[in-house]
Amino acid sequence: MKPLNGLFGKQLKVVNLGLEAFYEDLKSQSVEVVQVDWRPPAGGNEKMLSLLGKLKGKK
Amino acid sequence: MEERILRANQEAFDRLQLAQPTIVGIGTAGEDIPGMDKMTVLHAGPPITWDRMSGPLRGAIVGGLIYEGLAKDEAEALELAASGKITFDSCHHHNAVGPMAGVTTFRMPVWKLRNEAFGNMAYCTLNEGLGKVLRYGAFSEEVIDRLKWMEKVLAPVLKATLALAGPIDLKTMIAQVVQMGDEGHNRNKAGTSLLIRELAPYLVMTEFSDEDKRDVLKFMHSNDHFFLNLTMPACKCALDPLEGIENSTMVYTMARNGTDFGIRVSGLGNRWFTAPAEIIDGLFFPGFTKEDANPDIGDSVITETCGIGGFAMATAPAIVQFVGGTPQDAFNFTSSMYEITIGESTAFKLPPMNFRGSPTGIDIMKVIETQIRPIINTGIAHKNAGVGQVGAGLVRPPMKCFEDALEAFVVDAQSRGLI
Repeated sequence: MKPLNGLFGKQLKVVNLGLEAFYEDLKSQSVEVVQVDWRPPAGGNEKMLSLLGKLKGKK
Repeated sequence: MEERILRANQEAFDRLQLAQPTIVGIGTAGEDIPGMDKMTVLHAGPPITWDRMSGPLRGAIVGGLIYEGLAKDEAEALELAASGKITFDSCHHHNAVGPMAGVTTFRMPVWKLRNEAFGNMAYCTLNEGLGKVLRYGAFSEEVIDRLKWMEKVLAPVLKATLALAGPIDLKTMIAQVVQMGDEGHNRNKAGTSLLIRELAPYLVMTEFSDEDKRDVLKFMHSNDHFFLNLTMPACKCALDPLEGIENSTMVYTMARNGTDFGIRVSGLGNRWFTAPAEIIDGLFFPGFTKEDANPDIGDSVITETCGIGGFAMATAPAIVQFVGGTPQDAFNFTSSMYEITIGESTAFKLPPMNFRGSPTGIDIMKVIETQIRPIINTGIAHKNAGVGQVGAGLVRPPMKCFEDALEAFVVDAQSRGLI
């Protein structure tokens, strides 16, 4: 637990991926936060993921 | 396979950076465009049959047939167009590009450009101006008369001017305009100004009447988009040498005919991948709404394909007054295009991006992986022929074009035993 306790004792710098509501909440509490416009690769389209995988040598 | 794709894309990107688009003269479609004849009408976008064409494209074809003397009025032109006697084909198949309807007929004067790096040519008609014009599907007597003046006065004066001026380096000119507030597609004020500046000293030395010289200068001056019909063939001749680079996923053509949006991919040769063109979202002129808009139309998206236009929007912040949004939005659009491109232009440096080169070389794999589609900055045509421009805005290609291209690319690689 000690490393985690140490973490929460420091000033947090947060990177938020996904739901912007979390970013807004942290910002309103003056926490240093960056919003990343993350989305799942190929929008989660399995056919496209499979095609991309073939070109990248993944099964 | 991934390594092969990376090498092929580098080859495609490098060829594009080597391009030297140069104005070498003024000709006519009939004399200079390969495969042109009196019964052929070229149009913007991927190939399309008469029965599927939208209002503005049909209107422009009616105007083109009347201009050529093949029909005396709208009724005759419509009958001829539907008869099967006219050959319709994509400008792109003939080393040409055309804005909006892009209709190009036998007698029309054309800019002649050569890519001095590879020797290939590109052609484009001269820009008619704003308002009721052929490219937006108008075909009134005023439109036809203007086309005839362009053929009989504008083109000969500019042809003689260029003979005195010599070849004009468009790559350098475009590199300047993207640092002067233009992006080369929907904002061409600086380019038109630089062109007039370049031509004027030679134009005044030509053997034409003072009235003709004055009229030509006034004509160019009155049309902020006169330079668009040069940025387009400049991008076309820069991109054409990328056709057929095996294993490249770089897009070398994007184009719309008012019904379909089409792309072509370097590693897949001259195959088109099409899907329904989208309606543009933007600012409409007073009295018009999205209900009046035609789907996306024109070959001018060749500019985005080359890394300018919407991809360089950050460098033309004033454009948001016409398409909507804020200068920050323009910056964000350019920033997002770096996610889907292979590299950064070595020629077109954008001051608001700290002089980074514009994002260049759309990679179909990155488009699908990130789900970020290319951003296009464009005019909006009324869906009925003859009305003209009704606004300007932003639009993107349908994702289906990229998905179909990716599927075809994998099938092709499998057929060659690479995966």
